[in-house]
Order: sequence, then C-alpha cells, then structure tokens
Amino acid sequence: MLKRPLALILCLIAFSALAETPEEKGLAIAQESDRRDQGFGDSTVDLEMVLKNRHGEESRRKLRIATLEVRSDGDKGLSIFDQPADVKGTALLTFSHKGAEDDLWLYLPALARVKRIASANKSGSFMGSEFAYEDIGSQEVEKYTYKYLREETYEGVPCLVMERYPVSPYSGYKRELAWIDKAEYRSFKIEYYDRKDSLLKTLTWKDYKQYLNKHWRAAEMYMLNHQSGKSTLLKWNNYKFRVGLKDADFNEASLKRAH
Amino acid sequence: MATHVTRAGLGLALGLWATTVCAGEWSGYAALAYTGYMHAPLYADQARSDFSVALQPEYRHRRENSKDEFTFIPFVRLDQQDAERSHGDIRELAWVKVGEAYEWRVGVRKVFWGVAESQHLVDIINQTDLVENIDAEAKLGQPMVNFAAIRSWGTLDVFILPYFRERTFPGRDGRLRTELVVDTDQATYESSRGRRHVDYALRWSKSFSGVDIGVSRFYGTSRDPRLLLGSNGAGTPVLAPRYDLIHQTGVDVALTAGSWLWKLEAIHRSGPGAGYTASTAGFEYTFSNVLHSTVDLGVLAEYLYDERGDTATTPFQDDIFAGLRLAFNDAQGSELLLGAIQDRRSHARFFNVEASRRLGSLWKLSLQARAFTHIPVNDLLFGMRQDDYIQVELARYF
Repeated sequence: MLKRPLALILCLIAFSALAETPEEKGLAIAQESDRRDQGFGDSTVDLEMVLKNRHGEESRRKLRIATLEVRSDGDKGLSIFDQPADVKGTALLTFSHKGAEDDLWLYLPALARVKRIASANKSGSFMGSEFAYEDIGSQEVEKYTYKYLREETYEGVPCLVMERYPVSPYSGYKRELAWIDKAEYRSFKIEYYDRKDSLLKTLTWKDYKQYLNKHWRAAEMYMLNHQSGKSTLLKWNNYKFRVGLKDADFNEASLKRAH
Repeated sequence: MATHVTRAGLGLALGLWATTVCAGEWSGYAALAYTGYMHAPLYADQARSDFSVALQPEYRHRRENSKDEFTFIPFVRLDQQDAERSHGDIRELAWVKVGEAYEWRVGVRKVFWGVAESQHLVDIINQTDLVENIDAEAKLGQPMVNFAAIRSWGTLDVFILPYFRERTFPGRDGRLRTELVVDTDQATYESSRGRRHVDYALRWSKSFSGVDIGVSRFYGTSRDPRLLLGSNGAGTPVLAPRYDLIHQTGVDVALTAGSWLWKLEAIHRSGPGAGYTASTAGFEYTFSNVLHSTVDLGVLAEYLYDERGDTATTPFQDDIFAGLRLAFNDAQGSELLLGAIQDRRSHARFFNVEASRRLGSLWKLSLQARAFTHIPVNDLLFGMRQDDYIQVELARYF
C-alpha cells in the first residue's frame, strides 16, 4: 500500500518537470544567464563604435564605460564620450531599474548642464548608431517576458533559442529572438522585430573572453539594420573588473567631472 | 643669496609645473562666424554684417589614480565690428578635490542650475556673457569656493563668491542692443564694496526615480543689472548698469513619465524695490523614431511669468514659448531646434532657429537665425526690432 503513493508522487514530480511551460523555461534560461554573471562587482571598459552607412562610409566614436553592479536593483552605468571631438566631455548616467523605467541623465559640457532624458526615449538611437539606448542598457531579467522555442546550432555552437517580449510600452520592439549557448548561457545573436513585427535589426556577439574565471564578455558586437542597410560595430577593449568603483562614482557630481 | 634661493625655488616650481602640465591633455575649438542682418541698421554706427573668430582651448590634468582635477579654459573672441564683442575671459581655472562623500571646487568655474529651455531663472552663479549670444547661455567664469556634501539625503552645495563679474553689453557699433548704449564703465553698486562684495549661495538637490529637485538660496549682487539713464563724459545719454544686492530663493523640478518631461523653475527675489516672483513651467514630449526613421522629435512648450509685469527687467513676463527639437541621429549628429516666444498681451514675437551638423570628425557647422516681430515701443527688445539675423559658424575641434 505504501509503495503506491510514493510512485504517484514520483510520477507527479516527473510530470511537473516535463510540464514546464515554454514561458517558464524561457524565464529559467534568462535567470540562469543572469545568475552566472552575478558578482562582477564593477567594471570599466573602452568602447570604439564604427558606424557604417549603406554606402559603406564610416564614422567612429570612442567612449569609456563604467558599470556598477547593484544587487537589489538594476546596474548603474556611466558612459563618457571622447570622440568625435565636438561631443568630448559629454557623459551619460544610467540607473537601470528592475521594476520601473530607467533613469537617464545627460551632461552637456558646453553649458555645464545636466539634462534628464525622458524614459520613453529608450527606443531612440544611441549616438547616431544602430544601437538604441535599450539595446546597450543593463539587460535585467524583469525587463522582459520569455518563451522558449527550440534548440539550434548557431555557427557551430549549440544554442537555446527563445523569444523575449519587452515589458515597457516604450520599447521600440514587439519581440526579440535570442540565441543563447547551452554551455555558458551567453548571448550569441538577437533578432529585433519592430512594433509591426517585421525584422528590424540583428545583433551578433563575437570573440568571447572570460574574466575572473567567471564573467564572459565579447570583444565585438555587430548590429545590422535590415531596413536601412546601416550597421554599427562595437569593439570592447581593456576590460577591467573590480576596480573599486562605488555608488559615489555614479551621481550628478561624478557625471559632471566624468570627461 | 636670497635671490639664488628664490631662483632655485622658481626653477623647481617650474620643473614640477612642467612635469604635471605635460601629463595633462589639451582639447578645444577654434571657430569662424559670419552674421548677416536682414534689415538696414537702426543706429548710425551699426553694420549689415559681421565676421568674428573665437578660440577656446581646454586643458585638463588629472594625476594617476586620483579623481582630483585641474582645469584651465581660456576664451577669446575677435569681432570685426564691435570692440565690446572683442573680448577674452577665463571660463575655468579651477581645482577640484574629490573626497569620499564631498568635493571641494576652488577657482574660476561655471555652474548651471535649472531645467527650462526658454529662459534660466534659477541659474544665478555665473554672469551672462551677453555679447556672445542674446540667449544668455554664454557665461563668464565666476571665482568661487564651492564645497559639496554628497550624501544619501541629497547634495548640499555651499558657494562663497568673492568677486563679481559685470555683464558684457554690445557697444555702439554692435547690433542686438538697446537704443541707448549701455556704458559698462558707469556701472554702480548698491554695496559699498562694489564688485568685491562677497556673495553666498546654497543649493540642495536630490534625484529620485523619475524626479530631480533643487532648492537654492542666493544672497549677493544681482547678476541682472537695472539699466539707469545717465550720460557719458561727452554728455551723450547712455544706460548705466546698476547692480543691486538681492536675496533669491529658487526651486527647480524635472519630472519624467513616459514620453513626457515636465519642468518647473520658480524664483522669489527681494532687493531694494518690492520683492517679486517669476517662473517658467512647461514640458517636452518626445516622439522617438518618428515615421519609422531614426529621427527623435521633441515638442516643447513653456509659460514664462514675471509678477512685475511691464516693469520687469526681462521681456518675458507673460509669454508663451513653443518649440520643436529634431535629433536626426545620423552619423553627423544633425540637430534642429525651432522656437518662438510670444508675449500674450503685446503680441511681440521672437523666433529662433538653431541647427548644427558635424562635418567629418573634427568640424562642425552651426546655423542660428533669429527674428523679432510686432515689438512695441515699451518692449525691452525694441532696439533689436530691425536686427533679424542669420549666423553661420564653422568650428574646428582639436
């Protein structure tokens, strides 16, 4: 008599594991990806952006980016523009939030003025590039809902493919299709579909390197806009982790003297 | 012997200075501007057009592994027509010491407070370099000692401003001026200490999720002079700037919700006459990626109020500002700002167009056009009623 309930319980457990919905599995993948990058503390990196129009003409931007991991909320970021020369000293302070719209402030050195950017501007272009603010901002789990689709090999790497749907009504996208590798839960490709559900952009990651034996960062990210033919290549250099950044390095005072 | 010691000391100081200076970084710009006026001038000495050149190098030095910083930004402009517009200034010459939860900022600096677009009421630390631009956004460097406590309850800034900078005004040959020329040599002060009166300012500011708030208090010599009728040495009538001692309390708030950015600036100022209140309130609504392009379109509207009405020292006492801001988000960073301010009672109108575009990676072309219509005789802009202009500026950054 005793054996039967046990069998039933085992059966139920197995069933519930099997019955994980695509939404639950998608969320679990996003959470695992997020969990694996927890604990980086803070980082600094140099960024070079190469913007190309459909005629192949290039223009370049140079930035330095500092990031502070915030456990209870979204990360804080400070981006300092070095090139082109006319925007040198301009800086962007970002507080991303898990359950609310991000806070963004731009410092304009010519006027010594800090301007708040409306949160809905997240879908706008970042520095004339093919990256929107929301593409380069902190990718918090709570900013999307998810749906697992399938397993698929991308450029020889076994990947999990899922869709994610931005929670914010101000996002420029209806959905995003993401390829995440099974081994390390790193992003390899995202297809962005606009509000009309047509393919707008594809972002691909290349040359992943591991830091502190844990945190994977790609050396290159390439965004191609299928509708305009324009592209932006991000080259990440000189990654440094746990350099001792604090909350005090991410406020209005530090924004003003960022240059 | 003493001379030798001094010399050695000087040599050592120069050597140290050279080593530190070499570790710093120079940048800046040089610009050539042409201004063409649409109408014949009103006053005898004025011209139809004007060329000018400007240079603003920037030197910054930060020691390795330190946040402390030294900044030096001189500025000079040479103007073809107006001797008063040919001028130089030290925009910044300052040292910033960064502590755990505080900063000391000592020297000549520029500080901006406020959130509005059409006018800047709360902003009071720096004097306006009016000959640079009638939009009052160009500022003269202000000598100061500023201590900032940066804590969880907000940032508290304390300013001691030991020396006053007088506003610049166009000369007889300059356009965009009052009918009677402002003679800056005849400036008078309420304080017997004149420009050596020590001014004080306090500001508390804090950012919350979606909201920025600032509350400020200023006591000292007003940056806005009253213009009194007088005469110069030759007996010609002129306007003489009068700098009063004032108390000013200011509040500025920015609030964002979705595509909206709401703005409020309000001041209460008391001086020799009756105290008064003035405010600017409005919004900016942004449409991102309009019509499936990369263009961001901002729609701006503000109401400008000054309790003093027609006796105000500003032309904006009961005015409405409306504007459009286009950011093209192209590789050249092209931008366009269209704006108009209308007086609700006199119907005087002021139009403003500002556009800019990067050329290559080091050059920038800017265009500015301004026009005045229906300006009544008693309006402060009356002397500028024929001064509609287009200005083209080409700047080279380095």
